[in-house]
Amino acid sequence: MNALAALGARALRVLQGWGHGALFFLDLIRVLPQALRRFGLVVVQMHAIGNRSLLIILASGLAVGFVLALQMYYALVTYGAAESLGLVVNLTLVRELGPVVTALLFAGRAGTSLTAEIGLMKAGEQLAAMELMAIDPRARVLAPRFLAGVLAMPLLAALFSSIGILGAWLVAVGLIGIDGGNFWSIQQNGVDVWRDVGNGIVKSAVFGVICTFVALYQGYETEATPEGVAYATTRTVVMSSLAVLAMDFILTALMFSTR
Amino acid sequence: MNPEALIEIDHVTFGYDERRTILNDVNLRFARGKVTAVLGGSGCGKTTLLRLIGGVHGVNSGRVVFDGEVINASDRAQLYRLRRRLGMLFQFGALFTDLSVFDNVAFPLREMTDLPESLIHDIVLMKLNAVGLRGAARLKISEVSGGMARRIALARAIALDPELIMYDEPFAGLDLVSMGVAAKLIRTLNDVTGATSLVISHDVPQCMAISDWVVLMATGGRVVAQGTPAELMASTEPEVRQFVRGEPDGPVKFHYPARPMAEDYGLPAAGGGVAP
Repeated sequence: MNALAALGARALRVLQGWGHGALFFLDLIRVLPQALRRFGLVVVQMHAIGNRSLLIILASGLAVGFVLALQMYYALVTYGAAESLGLVVNLTLVRELGPVVTALLFAGRAGTSLTAEIGLMKAGEQLAAMELMAIDPRARVLAPRFLAGVLAMPLLAALFSSIGILGAWLVAVGLIGIDGGNFWSIQQNGVDVWRDVGNGIVKSAVFGVICTFVALYQGYETEATPEGVAYATTRTVVMSSLAVLAMDFILTALMFSTR
Repeated sequence: MNPEALIEIDHVTFGYDERRTILNDVNLRFARGKVTAVLGGSGCGKTTLLRLIGGVHGVNSGRVVFDGEVINASDRAQLYRLRRRLGMLFQFGALFTDLSVFDNVAFPLREMTDLPESLIHDIVLMKLNAVGLRGAARLKISEVSGGMARRIALARAIALDPELIMYDEPFAGLDLVSMGVAAKLIRTLNDVTGATSLVISHDVPQCMAISDWVVLMATGGRVVAQGTPAELMASTEPEVRQFVRGEPDGPVKFHYPARPMAEDYGLPAAGGGVAP
């Protein structure tokens, strides 16, 4: 009976946490117009968030492009389809790896940074000071960062995919010896702007909402102690990553269904 | 409502959870235009009292009245309206570390008013001058000392000329010179601006020197005594005497309540064993 009661209490706590998170999200949406009216704050945050992630996004994109070209070539050449390498790499990056890997890297780089920043602002009573100045910290601190994260993610994903395709071109044309004209023309013919690129952008925008919200929520609700902030940053990475992977499956099923 | 009181704490009981009561049926009046000090040891509920006045938490029972208006912690619009009339100095300053000294003081002016930047510039320098830090306007927060940070936070707290200024442990961690400067500032600002000042501290000499009225609180959120500094200094009440004179022995115990010492050390309970 005790175990049952403990299970029930745990389930209630989880539900309470979800409910609290949902209300927090609605509250954040409610104050977004205030951030839009002061777009300068959003631009500052976009610069900060984008810059924080740019190097790792570009380096990872290039490395993924290199490896993808090699692996795909080994598989395709077996079936005499090596000429379609450019198309396969492009679709893999634009539809899947671009949005997903960018989101995972964003969660690890910018997400943890956001959580730690907000958490330390809480620990240093900066958020409480704003509250007592009659300034809503959700509107002044969280909303600009949220918008910046949501806008930055598709841009970072586009850069990841672009540099990945460039990396694949270097390997395919420079190393393997595939015809350069064929590498690009097959992409031009096979990639649809709306179905492939457009859906990739929608995916990365959704991942932007997930990663930025989780990071801000964890920072804002953290226990204002060194252990609390450390725990919150870890939770940001774990929760963002799991949510992104789960949402990726759902979006892929909805967007690219053959039925 | 007492017209002389800006803040009334009326039979307030508060605890962060059901098991722990921080304030227990507290009744206080903070007179308009005066400096009132709330003294007490650590954990007696002083800072909680400030948070209740600022509407950070709602009371469990009783009411907190600000200038005739009962504070309702769940009414955000009312809270923000009332908070525009108060300034608070946090224990560690709570300065924005990504902004300069100037921008920290300008922050509430830029956020809460539509004043032109030229006027904000003049007001900020005026406030910084009042705390003796006009020359530090362009410094980063990482470049100022603890005492300076406290004064910058004070300049920010008075940027919008509040009616009530609340000071949370303004003397904690300061050297003697900085402490004297801070105490003089609190008194001077109160006299010059006509604001009501509420100082939360455990520093007896400084508070006695600058306050018009002193409230002494004790563990359990009880008000032990209140009166003018002279009245409290002359009090023969053991709890008051112990606190204002800093005596180690008295009604306030040094040891946290514990089991008999023999039990903790696993010794046989002998007659005459000492248990704190």
